[in-house]
Formats: sequence, structure tokens, C-alpha cells
Amino acid sequence: MIEHLVPRVLAKLLIPFILLFGLYVQFHGDFGPGGGFQAGVIFAAGIILYALIYGLDQARGVISPGLVSVLVALGLLIYAGVGVATLLLGGEFLNYGVLDSHDPVHGQHLGILIIEFGVGMTVAAVMITIFYQFAGRLKITRELESDDDDEDEQADDHADGPVADARGPR
Amino acid sequence: MDWVTIVSGVLVIGGAMLTVVGAYGTLRLPDLYTRLHAASVTDTLATFMILAGLAVPSLFAGEWLITVKLVFILIFLWFTSPIASYSVGHAAFFAAQKPKLDHDLTDGEGDAA
Repeated sequence: MIEHLVPRVLAKLLIPFILLFGLYVQFHGDFGPGGGFQAGVIFAAGIILYALIYGLDQARGVISPGLVSVLVALGLLIYAGVGVATLLLGGEFLNYGVLDSHDPVHGQHLGILIIEFGVGMTVAAVMITIFYQFAGRLKITRELESDDDDEDEQADDHADGPVADARGPR
Repeated sequence: MDWVTIVSGVLVIGGAMLTVVGAYGTLRLPDLYTRLHAASVTDTLATFMILAGLAVPSLFAGEWLITVKLVFILIFLWFTSPIASYSVGHAAFFAAQKPKLDHDLTDGEGDAA
């Protein structure tokens, strides 16, 4: 592997701010341009940049594929859960006004914030999952190609091989 | 027309003209490296001029938040734009993309054209 020194240093400098900007877009979406979809993509872009610079295995160590697939479901659950909660509180599905018993406007603020949080979580997790799957396919293909000519490297790569194999064909 | 508008307009138009020069160089220069040069070098100053042109009116209107955001955008672009150019050039070099030269350096003979 070629040492990408310059992008590595810059990525180390920029990734925290990319993640922070993702959170800003997420929670400032009520008052300015932004929202869950954009924030999720920005947040996932930070993680994907990390994976591109430091390698897929280390990125999987930071955010494991199992956690990501849990987050995909959890974000959707938050979205649907708010809808069901408003149903149980006596309103229509996703009628945020009933969330606060005193002021409907407060309930609408709260509802859209939670909804967008769920959307952002799901979008970020789905983007990261797609990236993991595609990058993992490349790794599997390379392992299959180097199967016959390089046995030592195969032994090294096999430490995380079963994970990639288990997740690959889906 | 007050001078804030004039300064801002001059900066924005100057930045836009630099961008046009960069785009023209990207189209017309012979190989990847010179095109990358045209795109990246002009972009740095063009970005500064356009964002400074946008920052001047907001600064004099007392909109500090907008100015600070523009400065953040400028810093971000000044970091990322050279990195993007570096990455493209690096990848092209390791993909054995040769620069187009007047004389061939690969012979080892130094044949002057």
C-alpha cells in the first residue's frame, strides 16, 4: 500500500469538523437549510473518508458493520415510533401537535427534531453499509485473485476474512 | 453606488474571471498535469476573491455570523482543493500517466527536439 501522507494528515484534521458539520446540518435543519437526509450523507461521508484513508478494516473497527445495521433499523424505528406515539396520544399518524399537551407548536418542534434525527441516523447508516459492502466486495475479489500465487498474504488476510465472507454475498 | 458595492462587485467579477481562465486552461492545455495546474492554481485565488466579495457587504452590514461562515468555507476550500488536485495528480502518476514533453526524457539519451 502506498502511504498517502498528505491526504492522511488532512483527513485527520478535517474528519472531526466534517462530523461536526453533519451534526450542525442535522440539528440546525429546523431554522436553516439542512435536515436529516443531508446531515446523514455528510456524516457518512466523514466515515467513508476515514475508511478511504485508513483502510476498511480500521473503519470497521471504529464503526462495526453490526452496529451500522442496528442503526439502520433504529432510525426507521424512531421515525415510525413517533408516528405511533402521536396515534396513541390521540392525533393522526405523525401529527406532531399532540406531542406537547400545552402548546402544539412545541410539540411540532419536538416531533420534527426526533423525526429528522431518525432519518439522519438511517441515511448515515445506509450510506456506510453500502460503502462497506462495495469495498468488501473488492477485498474478496482481490483475495480470490491472489489465492493461488501468494499463500503468506492469504494467511495474513484471513484474520478478518470470515467477517468479509459472511457479509459479502448478501 | 456606494463603495462597498463597488469593492464587492470587483472582487466577485475578478474571481469569476479567474474561474473562466481556469476553465479555459482546463480545456486547452495539452495533458493532465497542466490541466490540473490550470484548474487548481486559479481556483485558489478565485475562491478567495469570490468569498471575499461576498464577505465585504455582510461585514459592513454587521452580519458577523455570515462573515465567519464564509471564512470557514474559505479555509475548508483552501485545505481540500489542493488535496483533491494532489490526489488526482498522485493517482495519475502511479497509473503511469506520462506528462507531454517537448523532448523525450524516457530514453536516457536526452534527445533535444
